[in-house]
Amino acid sequence: MLEGLLIGLQTALSLQNLLMVIGGCLIGPLIGMLPGLGPMSIIAIMIPVAISMGDPSAALILLAGVYYGAIFGGSTSSILLNAPGVAGTVASSFDGYPMAKQGKAGKALTVAAIASFAGGTIGAVLLMVFAPALSSVALLFHSAEYFALMVVGLSAIAAFAGTGQVAKAMLMTLLGLIMATVGEGALFNLPRFTMGIMDLQSGFGFITLAMAMFALPEALFLVLKPKVMAEGDDGEIKDLRITRSEAKSIAPVVGRQSIQGFFIGVLPGAGATIASFLGYAVERNIATKEEQDEFGKGSIKGLAAPETANNAACTGSFVPLLTLGIPGSGTTAILLGALIALNVTPGPRLMVDEPQVFWAVIMSMFIGNLVLLVLNLPLIPYIAKVLMVPRNYLIPFILFFTLMGAYIGQNNATELLMLVGFGVFATALKFADYPLAPLLIGFILGGMLEDNFSRSMQLYDGVAFIWERPMTLALLVVAVLLVLLPSFRARRAKARAQGVAEGD
Amino acid sequence: MALDRWIALILLGICLAYGYTAWFTMDAGLAPFMRRAPIWPSTFPKVLSVLAIVACLIILLGLEKSEPKEADIDYRRLGEYHLGQAVLLLVLMVVYALCLRPLGFLFSTVGFLMIGSAILGERKWVIMALVSIIATGVVWYLVQEVLGIYMRPLPGFIGG
Repeated sequence: MLEGLLIGLQTALSLQNLLMVIGGCLIGPLIGMLPGLGPMSIIAIMIPVAISMGDPSAALILLAGVYYGAIFGGSTSSILLNAPGVAGTVASSFDGYPMAKQGKAGKALTVAAIASFAGGTIGAVLLMVFAPALSSVALLFHSAEYFALMVVGLSAIAAFAGTGQVAKAMLMTLLGLIMATVGEGALFNLPRFTMGIMDLQSGFGFITLAMAMFALPEALFLVLKPKVMAEGDDGEIKDLRITRSEAKSIAPVVGRQSIQGFFIGVLPGAGATIASFLGYAVERNIATKEEQDEFGKGSIKGLAAPETANNAACTGSFVPLLTLGIPGSGTTAILLGALIALNVTPGPRLMVDEPQVFWAVIMSMFIGNLVLLVLNLPLIPYIAKVLMVPRNYLIPFILFFTLMGAYIGQNNATELLMLVGFGVFATALKFADYPLAPLLIGFILGGMLEDNFSRSMQLYDGVAFIWERPMTLALLVVAVLLVLLPSFRARRAKARAQGVAEGD
Repeated sequence: MALDRWIALILLGICLAYGYTAWFTMDAGLAPFMRRAPIWPSTFPKVLSVLAIVACLIILLGLEKSEPKEADIDYRRLGEYHLGQAVLLLVLMVVYALCLRPLGFLFSTVGFLMIGSAILGERKWVIMALVSIIATGVVWYLVQEVLGIYMRPLPGFIGG
């Protein structure tokens, strides 16, 4: 591991990669702050840039920096304007915004920055410990287990979608898998489902789909319903210091939430958003009575908990991506797509074949978190001015960048028409409350899922691999349970509700 | 019927067509030697089509109860939002896609950015023109020189 660390440090400290970290950590917060634009849109827009750099380490470092930078930036607008830029920072506004209204905006931003830094850094340490362990286990897996593992991942994403949403998330995942079968597969060399259209011969473009699913609907939503900017304080942000006793009181919160957030992030389907809400709820429950009354009215513990948890969860979500090659969230799915486009296949072999990519990303996380802390903390008052960029200029630019991203990937104007078409479709899906991330995850995993399925079918001459390999069987049973469990629980809750009311 | 069930109905149609292709028409062109393999190009799509049809039906028949949620945008009152602006911007994107080749990158992009801002209600023409021209120039330079991807800058008749 020491050797890996040194390789990673060497790669991460090269001039180009340092610039990437700093660039990512500047772009991320800048855009993450804008209400309504999530990390997925930004990363989708950044992908063409990252891919054309041609260096997988640099690309992943840039995109990862943008990712946690966006989460960091999202908390700034949550605190100052009560307008979370990112779903993962909604919980930060519960206590952050009241603090800002009391004139303690500077203190709130400092707490958020320190909590994010600690969450991200502790998360990176945990990633360093757990990823190699998990990937050495994963090296024992055969294609049958890989197939089963991906099924588990995909069903977990559907299962975590929330009450009444499981079928929708499942349908979206399946739709993504179906779209992945369009075009010529590597295994058969036969065009499938192209309907005779030449442009579909190579399948749907991943960048086009990512833009259409995330960036375009978000931009259209901004046009349809301009986010109302809550009146913040007078814009003066001063007194960034926190006292020693405050630091002491948030230290245990940060410690607990880093670990909890990290492990929630590792689970597929549960990302920064769930981690931050859960972190907030847990900390409120275990706080003392007096502190509990503070929650929601500007408690620094209530701000530190979600801020730590969401950054730790971001880092945690890299574990399944880097060790198994299975993304658990929309954002990591986009990162996976970018890596595949750069000819790197994440998975257990990554640590063996391309250790510099693996370790450089982890090392860059330490550097990135430090950059976020030292660069952004003093700059926050100025960066907050970005929120004033008139949307009349902003929206045409966002649309232009989505178009450019789809265009320079394929150099084909038909791709742009597909982008608009899918974008309209995705907006309709968003209206009807269908989750969009599962579709993209399904689309990206589709090829690998089918390859592993086919390989196991060939090896066992049929579907016998399902019961002849106990591990595969166990994983598939878990997958079925994951999908069935939420509806079973809902039924039981309903049956119970007909009787006596339960206390919580 | 609510929008989510209409969408499920449309997707059901797509899945049925997909399933029909996978189950009945796709294997016709399969080479004889491939028929002996345990897996055909249609095997995986067959499984997917069945699962997707089941999922569509669950939503369509309302088998999974969900509590109504406060949506960000209520599509039933779509007319109250800036629907016109959104549709015009989509039309503008299509026009941009069609103009990119014949008009060249520089003209199309300046036009796109300016008309886009104008649709959203901006009327400071000089600032708009300056911002659009500078941004177009910078992006063109980055794409052309830094990323090394060729895009025709000017219309064909000027010699771009």
